Amino acid sequence: MPKVILIDDEPLARSIVREYLAAFPELEVVAECNDGFEGVKAIQQHQPDLLFLDIQMPRINGFEMLELLTNPPLVIFTTAFDEFAMKAFETHAIDYLLKPFSPERFARAIEKWKAAAQSTDSGTTAALLETASQSPQQRHRVVVRTGQKIRIIPVADIHYFEAADDFVKLHTADGVFLKNRTLTYFENLLDKGQFARCHRSYLINIQQITRIDHHEKDSYVAVLISGAVISVSRTGYVRLKEVLGL
Amino acid sequence: MPTDLQTNSKYRYYFTGWWICWAAVHFYVVQSYGIHLRIALVDSLISNALLAGACLLIINNMRYYLPRKERYGYLLALSLVLSLLWIVLARFILWALHPGAQDYRILLAESTTLRFGLAFLMTGCVSAMSLLWFTLREQKQADEQKADLEKMAKEAELFKLRQQLQPHFLFNSLNSINALIGSSPTEARRMVHQLSDFLRGTLKKEEHQWVTLKEELEYLALYLEIEQVRFGNRLRTSIGCTPETQNIRIPALLLQPVLENAIKFGLYDTTEEALITLHAQQIANHLEITVSNPYDPATSRALKGTGFGLNAVQRRLFLLFGRKDLLNTTAGETIFKTILTIPIYAESDPH
Repeated sequence: MPKVILIDDEPLARSIVREYLAAFPELEVVAECNDGFEGVKAIQQHQPDLLFLDIQMPRINGFEMLELLTNPPLVIFTTAFDEFAMKAFETHAIDYLLKPFSPERFARAIEKWKAAAQSTDSGTTAALLETASQSPQQRHRVVVRTGQKIRIIPVADIHYFEAADDFVKLHTADGVFLKNRTLTYFENLLDKGQFARCHRSYLINIQQITRIDHHEKDSYVAVLISGAVISVSRTGYVRLKEVLGL
Repeated sequence: MPTDLQTNSKYRYYFTGWWICWAAVHFYVVQSYGIHLRIALVDSLISNALLAGACLLIINNMRYYLPRKERYGYLLALSLVLSLLWIVLARFILWALHPGAQDYRILLAESTTLRFGLAFLMTGCVSAMSLLWFTLREQKQADEQKADLEKMAKEAELFKLRQQLQPHFLFNSLNSINALIGSSPTEARRMVHQLSDFLRGTLKKEEHQWVTLKEELEYLALYLEIEQVRFGNRLRTSIGCTPETQNIRIPALLLQPVLENAIKFGLYDTTEEALITLHAQQIANHLEITVSNPYDPATSRALKGTGFGLNAVQRRLFLLFGRKDLLNTTAGETIFKTILTIPIYAESDPH
């Protein structure tokens, strides 16, 4: 029997989904969650086949929660109004329900999910997240998970990003965190005046730079407040100079 | 206020008065050369009537065509041409009118240059004055137009700021009602009424911009009740004011966005129960309203400035009072405070 999890911070919003789901006895609601933190736990525990997910939730939003999952399940988003989300949905989501929605509309969303569950295309959610994370909230912080702990890191606290295989390492004063994104993703997302791609493998927070030293012929290094020494390529040096106004 | 000579009788009297005086002087000077009084009078009247006509011509010309800086030579040429025309015409008429008065004809011939000089001076002055006059008027009109435009823009902006009721709130409330219809119809009905009252309050207050603090707090209570239904036990609120502040008048719908912002931050910044408080008190001739909500300093910092709510309130306060220091925020360990300072006016509204 397919398992369903409802994640919404408003109890009544969950209860209406539950009510509508009564018409689909083949689906079983295994958990109801108040926020993304509970959501991540419940999803790991139950491995659901379908999520009903609100966008605006306490601490971390629906998209940020999905980012924390290694294998996100299929999602039907439920939201009242969110222009960024809407843009993402129109191109990528299985379906999204705009609150308040009718039982008929809900039934259509379930049909769509059934069709999507048959196919094995798993790229949908990942592609959706790429688009959705253009929201102002996500330009200012990065949500990461280490084991069971979820951390919200303001981008200003990130000293530099380092490419590492399929991941990006976020270097902060509190340690290093991993995020399953590319360096180019962050380079495009974040404020160009704050973060500069100084090297193929590094995206650097220019606020953190104390000095730039000549290293060898045609190559430089940036020394950060933390003491870290970052390689700077020739093109990276040109870019840094531009951002720093040198 | 400067207006056209022809439309403002005050200025028409000045103009006429001036010419009568000038004509009297003219008459006096001419007769003092021993010219017959009748001849001197005719001379003065004809000369000055014609000259006044020339001046009116200049003023009218200036009303419809105001030369720009680089075309001031036009004024000089206009005065010169009119003065020349005038002297030729006046001299011809006066000469023809008095064929027998030899001494007058001599005087007329001798004074031609002087007359021309005076006429040129007069027309030149009138040109310069009307140029100044109409330029000022044009500028004033432009200024008024600009002020009107600014006022309209300001009103439109104020209207827009008041209208910024979050669609989130409305849609989520409707969603709650939708859920309640199935589980508890009585509650659903109650919420429909609360929401209607709240929305009606939003619309009604558009007309009269200022309300008493008591009214505004009642309106907020309505808003909070709706939010309470949405968020259930997670949201706790406490609003109040000191008794003497109840009848102080404040801009309508000013507090709701502040409270909305506090709820949003309070509820979205923590996963626990959130207590939102609002308290109003009078401090000297200001009303101080403090709204507090729990927050997490570690994560909120990243969100600062993205909240539309407070910017709109700040902007509205500036448009209303012309001050930028009326909205302040303080961030403590776990409590975030928004403090509004509203100048208290006497009974009448400030506008």
